[in-house]
Amino acid sequence: MSQPNRLTQGGRIDRRQPLSFTFNGQAYQGYAGDTLASALLANGVDIVNRSFKYSRPRGVVAAGAEEPNAIVQLGSTEAAQVPNVRATQQALFDGLTARSTNGWPSVQRDLMGLVGKLGGQFMPPGFYYKTFMAPASLWMTYEKYIRKSAGLGRSPAEADPDIYDHLHRHCDVLVIGAGPAGLAAALAAARSGARVILADEQEELGGSLLDSRELLDDEPAGEWVAAAVAELAGRDNVTLLPRTTANGYHDHNFVTLHERCTEHLGEVAPRVTGRRQVRSRMHRVRAGRVVLATGAHERPLVYAGNDVPGNLLAGAVSTYIRRYGVVPGHKLVLSTSNDHGYRAALDWQEAGREVVAIADARPSPDGEWVEQARARGIRIIPGSAVIEARGESRVNAARVAKIDLDGFRVAGAAETLTCDTIASSGGYSPVIHLASHTGARPTWNDDILGFVPTLVKGVSAAGGAQGVYATAEVLADGVEAGSRAASEAGFAAASVSLPQVAARRDGAAVALYQVPHEKPTLRAPKQFVDLQNDVTAAGIELATREGFESIEHVKRYTAMGFGTDQGKLGNINGMAIAARCLGRSIPEVGTTVFRPNYTPVTFGAIVGRHCRELFDPERYTAMHQWHVEHGAEFEDVGQWKRPWYFPKTVNGKIETMHEAVARECLAVREAVGILDASTLGKIDIQGPDAREFLGRVYTNKWAKLAPGRVRYGLMCKDDGMVFDDGTTSCLGENHFLMTTTTGGAATVLEWLELWHQTEWPELEVYFNSVTDHWATMTITGPEARKLLAEVTDMDLDKESFKFMDWREGVVAGVPARVFRISFTGELAFEINVQANYALHVWETLFAHGEKYGLTPYGTETMHVLRAEKGFIIAGQDTDGSVTPEDLGMHWAIGYDKPFSWIGQRALSRPDTARTDRKQLVGLKPKDPKVVLEEGAQIVFDPKHAIPMPMVGHVTSSYYSPTLDSGFALAVVKGGQQKMGETVYLPMADGQVHEAEIVSPIFLDPKGERQNV
Amino acid sequence: MFYIHCPYCGEHREEEEFHPKGQAHIARPEDPDACSDEAWGDYLFFRDNPRGIHHELWVHAVGCRKFFNVTRNTVTYEILETYKMGEQPTVTAEHPEGRPSRDAADQGTLHEGVRA
Amino acid sequence: MSNVATFDTRTEAKIPVESPLAYSYRRSGAPVPDRKSRVVLREHPFLGHLVLRGGAIVLDEAVREVLGVSLPGEPQGLVHDAEGVRSVQWISPDEWLVIVPGGEEFELENRLRAALGGAHIAISNVSGGQTLVELEGEAARELLMKSVVYDVHPSHFPVGKGVTTVFAKTTVILRRPGEERWELVVRRSFADYTYRWLLDAGEEYGIGVER
Repeated sequence: MSQPNRLTQGGRIDRRQPLSFTFNGQAYQGYAGDTLASALLANGVDIVNRSFKYSRPRGVVAAGAEEPNAIVQLGSTEAAQVPNVRATQQALFDGLTARSTNGWPSVQRDLMGLVGKLGGQFMPPGFYYKTFMAPASLWMTYEKYIRKSAGLGRSPAEADPDIYDHLHRHCDVLVIGAGPAGLAAALAAARSGARVILADEQEELGGSLLDSRELLDDEPAGEWVAAAVAELAGRDNVTLLPRTTANGYHDHNFVTLHERCTEHLGEVAPRVTGRRQVRSRMHRVRAGRVVLATGAHERPLVYAGNDVPGNLLAGAVSTYIRRYGVVPGHKLVLSTSNDHGYRAALDWQEAGREVVAIADARPSPDGEWVEQARARGIRIIPGSAVIEARGESRVNAARVAKIDLDGFRVAGAAETLTCDTIASSGGYSPVIHLASHTGARPTWNDDILGFVPTLVKGVSAAGGAQGVYATAEVLADGVEAGSRAASEAGFAAASVSLPQVAARRDGAAVALYQVPHEKPTLRAPKQFVDLQNDVTAAGIELATREGFESIEHVKRYTAMGFGTDQGKLGNINGMAIAARCLGRSIPEVGTTVFRPNYTPVTFGAIVGRHCRELFDPERYTAMHQWHVEHGAEFEDVGQWKRPWYFPKTVNGKIETMHEAVARECLAVREAVGILDASTLGKIDIQGPDAREFLGRVYTNKWAKLAPGRVRYGLMCKDDGMVFDDGTTSCLGENHFLMTTTTGGAATVLEWLELWHQTEWPELEVYFNSVTDHWATMTITGPEARKLLAEVTDMDLDKESFKFMDWREGVVAGVPARVFRISFTGELAFEINVQANYALHVWETLFAHGEKYGLTPYGTETMHVLRAEKGFIIAGQDTDGSVTPEDLGMHWAIGYDKPFSWIGQRALSRPDTARTDRKQLVGLKPKDPKVVLEEGAQIVFDPKHAIPMPMVGHVTSSYYSPTLDSGFALAVVKGGQQKMGETVYLPMADGQVHEAEIVSPIFLDPKGERQNV
Repeated sequence: MFYIHCPYCGEHREEEEFHPKGQAHIARPEDPDACSDEAWGDYLFFRDNPRGIHHELWVHAVGCRKFFNVTRNTVTYEILETYKMGEQPTVTAEHPEGRPSRDAADQGTLHEGVRA
Repeated sequence: MSNVATFDTRTEAKIPVESPLAYSYRRSGAPVPDRKSRVVLREHPFLGHLVLRGGAIVLDEAVREVLGVSLPGEPQGLVHDAEGVRSVQWISPDEWLVIVPGGEEFELENRLRAALGGAHIAISNVSGGQTLVELEGEAARELLMKSVVYDVHPSHFPVGKGVTTVFAKTTVILRRPGEERWELVVRRSFADYTYRWLLDAGEEYGIGVER
């Protein structure tokens, strides 16, 4: 297949390795070393996309990350779809399949193109806001079509076949960018012995040196690059990361580097010796020092028709010729404000194609490259610029005219030059995006006509990134930055001898951003500022006329620098135009803020390995496998997987949750059930002041709890609100075992440490988590004692082992601590053994339990059983606004304790002491078949006009098989004084449930069942 | 993502290992019962929100589990110092470059480990 | 002494025991290491784990007397006894982790308590609550870089160091007892997650599990 624009020699591509690819369904060929963009240009593909808003045909403009147009969708299969890829950054591989992101139904014939042709009068900035806002209800409909025609790429509808990961890295010096400055900085830092990471977004390290015309030590620049890279690669203290974009710069020199590991190899990561490879990887780097060697982006000139395919950046023209062996056209007109632009004309001519003319904005250009061009007979038109590009799907002519820079006007008749390519250069803008991520606003530098980065602590910039452009100076700047970074990181400076670069005399540049047209900006053909977002000079002018004076407002009104573009090409030009319209200088107008990400990052790299089964830790108890094998359904409690209920298969049918829970509840009330309670937090508390400490953090009294005894405790914050509860056992005079809720374990331990470390360090006490050491199984129900007696010789007599006692013994052959506490209201024993033995003890209980009807139960049954007894669950029946008094737990409040315990003082604040606070009550639905919805709002008067005063809500609600009725716990204003009254619960479906306020203790109010 | 020097571990550690616990140097009144409702409300609910230098309480939750103080610039996010419980900051809003020396009088009023 | 209830949770009786990874081996399997395995995982289950709390000076004396090693007084210190099977690790200015062969922990606790007399200290037995997972091989360090936020470069993490840090979305105690040997002290309830993470992240190094 022919590649009409490919040179027969030159460039860094490998002509012996042809690669096939398809673009918009058409097959093409390129070479190894190409980017998708260079291969498309080699094949003469002019239109690569349709523009975002006006749907105008667009071609490749740039050769790197700043490319605004050539945004493609990759992938030959649904699962391999990747949106938002810049063709200029995508290495070509065999079989690559790409489509234009925009263009419906096709880039060649586009329905929306009509709008673009009719011109911007119909779609000024703010067009969408103004046109589609009314009626607001239709916005959703409009948006669907706007998006379809705008086309923002699409994510795959199938699961990604690839894997991704993160790598945590630390280094002394991180150098971002491996052009001349970055390579020099890395060499200097590496030779000092510092740990260095050098990252560069391109396929090859070398940056601008890869297409330079200059000789380093009389050799092509590529030779020096190869030697420098070889040295760095050979050092243990250096990590080289090509294909790696520094996409975000965060606090304290934390930088995320996005490495595309296999994206140059294929659309799905190939396997290596059968093993999956990571497709892309996020390096999370903590750097001692950072050197920003990110270079500069060339600024295009803003002239009429500057978006027609065939308009390119001058530097990009050189890159395509010198690096990829591609000349993207036949007849070139160059429009430039500086000497650097001349490079494109020299390279173009050397490639054997015609340079029609150079329009130089300066009245008398005289630099070295200018002289070279003149000597080769290239026509130079001084004091002029391309004021308009002509053509539709490709440039066919350039209109060149004298311009008056100061007066912003065309100063002579325009000459129309036939050409197919217009290259423009308005100078360079340092790439300051990463420095901006830190929040530091850049500073305008008049000498280089650009913003330079303001640098926070620990970061420096080198070379183009701070406006140093001459190669010899860039190299020296890099060495300086690298040495300084290493020495600041504590390493002795090492010497780096720089290659000789012939000095070149450059003429001074002039400031030119928007090129004037014969017509005023608002009536001239469109002059694009931000190609990706279709923002024009007229749009910016209009925005300023409509009163948007702040550049941040102009940005938001016009969308300049939005999205994945982040203002790489257009920002400075846009600011210059806003400045002109507002009669201010560029630094007065200021810049907008660049934000991460510098270029798009695939979600996979952000997520890394934290997906699917590894999305979040799953914590298991020692009996987990048993639960799985016995068909448990699981509930997430914090990160724990707790059995929720154990459905049985009855007559070939699996029980519903309702059926299983009813069966489990009755088993506990009538026989014996077993619960895996290992997830409760357990804190070992030792020290002579342990008892005093408990008295300060719990609301109730601990002074007299004797060894061998257990007590329930309620914990408040100092605002008087309940935040956790549990039992604490006195193991020894100076030794306690505290239990916490499952979800509260870590929080409570940190809470105890907070008070100990910050308020009462004089108290002699230590806290250690023993949650995982012990496995806990609760056997509960009338038959619990008989069952336990079969597997232990402990004295279980109700007089010697009373309710709220704990004892040591051997259960199923294993040393155990057994606690006679109950969360069900039934006789209960909580057996604690070292977790390694737990499965054995659990299974032994089952071996003996069948004759007693031993039934495993889960958290749902646990909830029903405890709610029947009015036992609260902190975090369910409380929500941080409930005091112990609100819970009716006056009995658990030690008002007369000597130390003002945490929460005590707040209980007498006027708001906390109100009698009409929401208080915990029971609710009995008038219709026993009704199970009220948890969270349902309660009202006293359902006939009250809306909005009805809401007086509380349901906190827990279940069906009780024991009561054969629905029942609920709720908080109701002044509820404790309203026993027997009726409340109403209006539901979303129009039903209104009635319920009676009752005691929250529905079963065995005297607590006789647990005391047997 | 902060990089925080833990004064107990003696080295910088990643922010993921820490929990922020609000403003530093908030002492629980010695005798809560002697506090007016308003004073108790101030202790419970009112905190400074300065633009610039601020002192915060953090805990090295995944690490040594010790609480300590951080002097941080809330504008630049720069951490200017970290110091143990019971110590006083050297960098303050009044002395952004650091106090000339930690004078003995300051330290004398404190007992070890107390956050105020 | 009598003010604290010590309790031997271990038994010499022939009782089946389950290490924290027992379920994981059955569910996720354990790839057999081969010549291409650049990292090997091995669990050292059923060891004695004690948490010591107290002042460094008082504990140091007792630990030297009872274990024959000095208490690492500097942050992140990890010391082993002459046989290399008993270790003491700095966790916090008033906390150390002691790991000894399984079965020694209760006697050790009693001897330490005896040596410490009435000093204000605490000793908690956590043997059932955690397990020791070793990673060995030249890719062990890179596997750890995928997993922990802490800097594991040799210049920053020499042999004889140990830290508590973030591992994926959980936490571990990470120690380096040898040049290519790393140890993770993993909480029982997080062991399965940690194991599955290591197998997944270790796939590209051909991770094998030695049992």
